[in-house]
Amino acid sequence: MRGRVYIKKRTGVPTWYRILNPVLFVMLALVFSGIFLTAVGFNPLTVYAKMLKTICSPSGLVRSIEAGMPLMLTGLAVAFGYRMNLNNIGAEGQYALGAVFCVGFALYGPVMPPLLKIIGMFIAAALGGAAASLIAAIPKAFWGVNETILTMMLNYIFLYVLNFLMYGPWKMLNQMVAQTRIIDERYWLPEIGHTGINSVLIIIILLAAALQFFHTKTTRGYQMEVIRRSPRAAQYAGMSVARNILMVLGVSGAIAGLAGFAQVAGIIHRVQADLPNNAGYTGIVVAFLAGLNPLVCLLVGFFFGALQISAVAVQITGVPSQVAMMIQGSIMLFVIAGEFFIRNQFVRRKTTEGGADA
Amino acid sequence: MSSPIIEMRQITKTFGPVTANSGVNLEIYPGEIHALLGENGAGKSTLMNVLTGTYAPDGGEIYYKGKRADIRTPKDAVALGIGMVHQHFRLIPTLTVAENVFLNSGSKRFFLKKDKIEREINECAKKFNLAVDASAYVWQLSVGEQQRVEIVKLLYQGAEILILDEPSAVLTPQEAQHMFDTLRKMADDGKAVIVISHKMNEVMNNADRITVMKNGMVGDTMLAKDATVNRLTEAVVGVTAGTQKRSLDRAPGKDIIFAMEAVSAQNDRNLPALRGISFYIRKGEIFGIAGVAGNGQRELAEVIAGLRPVSGGQIRMHGKDITKTSVKERINAGISFIPEDRMTTGLIPELDMKQNLILKHFNTEKYSRRGVLLQEQMQKDAEAYTEAYEIKHAGVSYPVGLMSGGNQQKLLFAREVAGDPELIVAAYPVRGLDIGAAEAIRSILMEQSWKGAAVVFISEELEEIFTLCDRVGVLCDGELMGIREIGQTDIMEIGRLMTGETGTGSSEPAADGKGGDS
Repeated sequence: MRGRVYIKKRTGVPTWYRILNPVLFVMLALVFSGIFLTAVGFNPLTVYAKMLKTICSPSGLVRSIEAGMPLMLTGLAVAFGYRMNLNNIGAEGQYALGAVFCVGFALYGPVMPPLLKIIGMFIAAALGGAAASLIAAIPKAFWGVNETILTMMLNYIFLYVLNFLMYGPWKMLNQMVAQTRIIDERYWLPEIGHTGINSVLIIIILLAAALQFFHTKTTRGYQMEVIRRSPRAAQYAGMSVARNILMVLGVSGAIAGLAGFAQVAGIIHRVQADLPNNAGYTGIVVAFLAGLNPLVCLLVGFFFGALQISAVAVQITGVPSQVAMMIQGSIMLFVIAGEFFIRNQFVRRKTTEGGADA
Repeated sequence: MSSPIIEMRQITKTFGPVTANSGVNLEIYPGEIHALLGENGAGKSTLMNVLTGTYAPDGGEIYYKGKRADIRTPKDAVALGIGMVHQHFRLIPTLTVAENVFLNSGSKRFFLKKDKIEREINECAKKFNLAVDASAYVWQLSVGEQQRVEIVKLLYQGAEILILDEPSAVLTPQEAQHMFDTLRKMADDGKAVIVISHKMNEVMNNADRITVMKNGMVGDTMLAKDATVNRLTEAVVGVTAGTQKRSLDRAPGKDIIFAMEAVSAQNDRNLPALRGISFYIRKGEIFGIAGVAGNGQRELAEVIAGLRPVSGGQIRMHGKDITKTSVKERINAGISFIPEDRMTTGLIPELDMKQNLILKHFNTEKYSRRGVLLQEQMQKDAEAYTEAYEIKHAGVSYPVGLMSGGNQQKLLFAREVAGDPELIVAAYPVRGLDIGAAEAIRSILMEQSWKGAAVVFISEELEEIFTLCDRVGVLCDGELMGIREIGQTDIMEIGRLMTGETGTGSSEPAADGKGGDS
């Protein structure tokens, strides 16, 4: 009998392999894209050099972080839900509603001392995100309605709410672009020193650290872990699964809503039509590549931000934006595929016949 | 009788250190209903999985119509006309009956001729009096109907030898009888039918021959007409009659801790699982629940723990009505529960020992302050439990799924008896454990009863019940057939009660009056 190759789950993956694996698959993606670039008449090395130079330049780094921050937050949001096996596909819509609440409070809310106002904007964004996710959480918790579908379908609704306001009542007058006016400069979060990086990054890092603490050290985090692993055991221990579903989806939505706060208070200081720009969906990928670990979410979010910025940058070398997007997409795809080899390995099955193949 | 269609000779199958089948011989004749009787873990299912090619035996041979048959894969078995209806049906709910049957027939036809298949199925079903609507979707069918579809599936692919794994477990008594009538028709048609079961009277009423398995070996083979409850009980339990008593110079206390009165409940399929259960337990008493698994034990344990609502009756703790209280309230009232599925309910295999031992008490002063877990206390207790209960593990921070079953159970017990509970419900606590671990678990229970805990001890092993318990109640089909003092009964009487025969022996006076209002 021949030995058959089959897939086996890996146990105890060494750290060096965890780091080496994505690096290896990024290389593979570059080789793959290189073939394509050559075929359409570009020198891949020139293109890649441009990408690398962009990311490594100070301004490129700042822009990468800026592009990465919403992804970090949506990544944190999705990861939080998955820590209790809840599929929050709705980070996109929660981000949108968070942004609407936040900019609404900033522009049309009461005039306040800057610090108070910024805290108010923070709360508004979180509330907006939480409200968006709770609409899905309540049917899930009490009637077992599938949260994947609910959160996903709600995305369209909240995106249209956002766009309605951008094209309609909140549109900045006398302009072609569908966006609000810039919020009062007093309510901007400052940059960190003279780095050009906005201090909203510190808030995000603190949030990730707080979530890490929550998961590993608190009784609430413990309950989430128990429910994630075994809902039966949770009921047996007298935990309320429904209450935890409300809590987890609510917090997950609030975190996604904070992406709106990051934009309004820290980055663009206004809201534009189609602001989330798929950050909610990319957040799902971020969460999984980060292994649902909040701190790793920050790194992966930054990586994806850098990818977006470099894809824009290569267009200067004459590469059309479609091809640039293709490079970005293939790197993403290869890294995700590589993740499979972190979790699994191919093993050759030995036959019971005391076989020919070892 | 003619010559056997299947002959299994000296079949041996081991899983690691566990021997599931050892030197088993079995002959199956066409035209007979052959029952395989035995307790859980006696090796019935393993033997049938060998026959259907799911497991490769470590030793032994299978003969088909006198010729050596090499059954290596399920496909080989199907080619020989061997088919099995598993306990958990393998149907696709969103397809119709006809589509399911066709899917399984191994036909390589490209076009589905639905009319033709449905006609064939209806003919086949009619022949054996199997009421099946070939055009219905499987999700619309009741469990009994789904089982008939499974049988039709086998007939359609031309099975001559049909194996059914505990077919009556999911059926109501009426449905079960109908199913056996159908099986009889098939046997009359010359097919061989093997039924795995652990219900004695059902087997005696419906089979032609009975093979009893015990500890992976054939205990006894007999014609059904020669079978008696005594002979079967002996073969299943493995002990001849004789009375062992709980050797304790200690009488349980007088105070009634826990009482149930006319409690009824439903199972997960909303069928009655418990019917008017009444009993009480005194302080320091071990109350055994005997009976063949699947007769309401799981539901009884869950009702006591608060995991399953009652449909009638009252539950009292210290005379106070707790029928409507939550799981949490019952934990706080001092009710401990060792569930039968320790790896999915009692413990969380992916979590480590520290996380598992706080499962029910993570919110107490002891293990948390203002919502933050006290890791040091967890570490300390994990180490203390390790020592006190001699739990062997790679470390307190390793997933408990890596521990052996015995050590997992010790951990579960360590957690459940911490803080000296008032009532302990233990469901099959030593099932699947090696002798040493089983002994350790029993002595923990004994010790708790000395300390004054009332214990509900659910088990299939009568010997064990007789050595451990003060009194025993026998469950059959959701009813308590009787309650006996261990000193005033013997294994044979309990065995008879297990099959649903109410003996003429003196039933204990009901507890209601005494337990109720005190």
